[in-house]
Amino acid sequence: MAPLLEITNLHTEIRLRSATVHAVDGVSLHVEAGETLGVVGESGCGKTITALSIMKLLPTGGHITDGAIRLGGIDITALPEEDMRQVRGNEVGMIFQDPLTSLNPTMTVGKQIAEAVVLHREVNREQAMDRAVEVLDLVGMPKARERVNDYPHQFSGGMRQRAMIAMALACEPKLLIADEPTTALDVTIQKQILELIDDLRRRLGMAVILVTHDLGVIAGRADRVAVMYAGKIAESTDTGTLFRNPRHPYTEALFESLPESAAATRERLYSIPGMPPDLTKPPPACRFAPRCRYAADRCRAEEPQLLGDVPGHTYACFYPVGVTERRMGQVKAPKPEAVPMQTNGSAGPVLLSVRNLVKDFPVTKGAVLQRRVGNVSAVADVSFDIHEGETFGLVGESGCGKTTIGRLIVGLDKPTGGSIWYGGKDLARAREREYRRQRKDIQFMFQDSYASLDPRMRAGAVLSEPLVVQRMGNREQRQQKVAEMLDHVGLPRNAVERFPHEFSGGQRQRLGFARSLILDPKLIVADEPVSALDVSIQAQVLNMMKDLQRDLSLTYLFISHDLAVIRYLSNHIGVMYLGKLVEVGPADEVYLTPAHPYTQGLINSAPVPDPEEEQAKVHEGVKGELPSAINPPSGCRFRTRCPLAQDICADVEPLLTPFSLNGHQAACHFPLQDPVTTEGSAVTGVQSS
Amino acid sequence: MTTLPPGVDPGLAHGRTALVEAQPPDFAAGAVGAEKPRSLFARGWEVFAQNKLALAGLATAVFMVLFSFVGPLIYRTDQVHVNLINAICPPGGAHPLGCDSVGYDVLGRLMIAGQTSLEVGAAAAFVAVVFGALYGAISGFIGGPVDSFLMRIVDAGLSIPYIMILIILAVIFAPNRVTMIFVIAAFYWLGVARLIRGETLSLRTREYVQAVKVIGGGGMRAVTRHIVPNAIGTIIVQATFAVADSIIILASLGFLGLGVQAPDTDWGDMLAGGLQYLQGGNYWWLIYPAGLAIIITCIAINFIGDALRDAFETRLQRR
Repeated sequence: MAPLLEITNLHTEIRLRSATVHAVDGVSLHVEAGETLGVVGESGCGKTITALSIMKLLPTGGHITDGAIRLGGIDITALPEEDMRQVRGNEVGMIFQDPLTSLNPTMTVGKQIAEAVVLHREVNREQAMDRAVEVLDLVGMPKARERVNDYPHQFSGGMRQRAMIAMALACEPKLLIADEPTTALDVTIQKQILELIDDLRRRLGMAVILVTHDLGVIAGRADRVAVMYAGKIAESTDTGTLFRNPRHPYTEALFESLPESAAATRERLYSIPGMPPDLTKPPPACRFAPRCRYAADRCRAEEPQLLGDVPGHTYACFYPVGVTERRMGQVKAPKPEAVPMQTNGSAGPVLLSVRNLVKDFPVTKGAVLQRRVGNVSAVADVSFDIHEGETFGLVGESGCGKTTIGRLIVGLDKPTGGSIWYGGKDLARAREREYRRQRKDIQFMFQDSYASLDPRMRAGAVLSEPLVVQRMGNREQRQQKVAEMLDHVGLPRNAVERFPHEFSGGQRQRLGFARSLILDPKLIVADEPVSALDVSIQAQVLNMMKDLQRDLSLTYLFISHDLAVIRYLSNHIGVMYLGKLVEVGPADEVYLTPAHPYTQGLINSAPVPDPEEEQAKVHEGVKGELPSAINPPSGCRFRTRCPLAQDICADVEPLLTPFSLNGHQAACHFPLQDPVTTEGSAVTGVQSS
Repeated sequence: MTTLPPGVDPGLAHGRTALVEAQPPDFAAGAVGAEKPRSLFARGWEVFAQNKLALAGLATAVFMVLFSFVGPLIYRTDQVHVNLINAICPPGGAHPLGCDSVGYDVLGRLMIAGQTSLEVGAAAAFVAVVFGALYGAISGFIGGPVDSFLMRIVDAGLSIPYIMILIILAVIFAPNRVTMIFVIAAFYWLGVARLIRGETLSLRTREYVQAVKVIGGGGMRAVTRHIVPNAIGTIIVQATFAVADSIIILASLGFLGLGVQAPDTDWGDMLAGGLQYLQGGNYWWLIYPAGLAIIITCIAINFIGDALRDAFETRLQRR
């Protein structure tokens, strides 16, 4: 029987004003009924354009120039627009990345779903609405019959994505294309959505194309995987084989770039040098050759074909790697020397100490009088210490207050209460002028380097501005310092003449890092510095941060939602939930023996790029969604989503209690292990659950 | 309208999922060695010059200025004394565009009227933009209740039909060039203030303005080094459009007979004068020259404004 979807030699171009981007250049793949195909690759590799080609929903200037897309035996590339409309939504459903922008804010969710049904089925409005309730129920929307009349803004992010899925499923498509369906969501919600898609696929017997950049997402959900690079498929096989035995050097390099691969050893990550090629002028030979560590003359001269020696496993490489089986963490390729990290809990003296920090943001109403109608409790009574020379990782879902803490420490916001001790002074109470001098020592690295660099300033001016503000050095000395910083972060010296938009994402992040380094700070607060970057670029930046920490003896407060990155980089981890620090301690202790149910849930939710481990996961993720911080739950704030919650959790707020002698603490009435007594002897070291 | 190089979409640039990312230059290639950086002006001019309509607009605007101010020195006519013998004489002979109802030469009159229109237009735009931009910037930067209060004043001003304000102001003050400038500016600054206030509000929360705080800089530095340079493009573009708008407002007032008084005139006044002859016969030279002068000038200025908007966009500039 022919596969459900068969793409042969697809070429898709996007014509721009002055050039043509060969976004998809000869892609062939097939999807059988009922299976999940993962399409994975970095941004700009053509995975989204491939997905959009199937829907024929290409962006302006996009054309399919060659190849065939056969859906159930019919070549849809030749279909006129009219017939294509019968395919979209009816036979192929699609879920986009951002559920907020893909729902119409002026229509109720039910009407939007019903619209799809009315278009494709001979039904009246009432029947269509009934169908809408039915599918909303199917995707796990609580109280679907009531919520069907709600508008998109009344839903949370996760619920909106459920509504999007419901819309895509309303006409029971045979194929569902999910384009980065969970990238905009938190890990706990991501797990719920991925489970839902998987479950629906099984129940409805449809096929799924899962497009993502996240190898962890692929590992647990896909039957087969196609790895894309620069508009072509680099490697294609079943998931288990790909993770065990990747043959293409690009696939191998991707795995080695993951912080998970070195989580235990804390070795330097392998980073793919350079950037993907410009697809307006694709190189004639192997497209990965300029970045490949095994590249030989032949790779730069001719283009390898997608072949394989085992049926079902194809790769486009002359010199495939990994003939023997490999597991995550074991790396055969030569690596730069490992950087030893202090794993010892309290390395240096305390550099910065946060005590009972509180930050409330007022919620106001009215334009002129601005009545105060409530508070968003962003940070509620948080205390922790950062030791000199260490990396303190702050992790939690969006809205947990981790960024606010960073902003309070660097003085971008004023705390409502509590203190921040640094160098014997309380920064929270320091005067503006005095504070400005202290700021030299504590610098902030923004998440979005594009937004944090003045678009009208050249890189040189951006870097020397802090020196000018702090009145350090004369013109030559400043230039000298700027050049030195550019060397440190691995940018060429001639970069000073360029404007921020002339850098790539990774380069801009280096530039932002150089700016935070130029005042020779002691502490750098890095707010999600790698979350917008591709895996290979992320590895470059993480390596750079590690090297500079060693060379310049820096201390980091590293804020991220990504547990793997946090664990790789940090000595200590603080886990935050809804403004509270629920668990804190040495990185490996918190990760391997978490005491708080939330930490455990977070670890379980984070996808691991290992199919066996991912499929073997028995633990539940975190249920439900983050409650509002305007009226946080009483007692323990996590109780509404906690599997262990009892009455006491609603009445009494748990305090941080020690779980080891290394400073491992958690705030829970029913922790997953027994706390140590104050005398210092552990009652039991065994996990209780 | 805007000329975008591949992949640079101002709207998409902030999103993480631009479908097509522009390829940044490869530094390692060394192709950009010791190349001397060109000035912002040169780079801006290059973007401007790519827009052929803008070049045409600029040429037209320059021509209009020369026509109005240098023209009378070459083409001398009597624009002071009424000469009823020549009243509404058709084009030809000594009067290439004929004469108007009181015997003024239309071509010469067009030049004199152009002086008024361009002077008043430019000056009114200048006054309105400077005052409006300052007002808006202060309102936006201070924020809070002060901002609310200042903006309600603007709202109040905007809620009165503008033609009424203009008529009242034009009646109170004797209409001459100077009062016309302030009459138009008194209305026009309201819109400018709104725009610049919005711009300031959004700039104030930008991360690069916050970054100044992190490196220890104060509010003054944030405003002068980051907010103003980033808003200046909007301000200048707004000023360009304001010139065109002011010319039209002056023309409307002149058309209503509330503009500058004879023997001075502007293009709108000329139109009004020709209007009463519209039904009596084919007196096209009383209508078309002034009407076309207004339209051509305003379109030319608008083209310039569009191109300036691009020229001030750093992302569109080539090295």
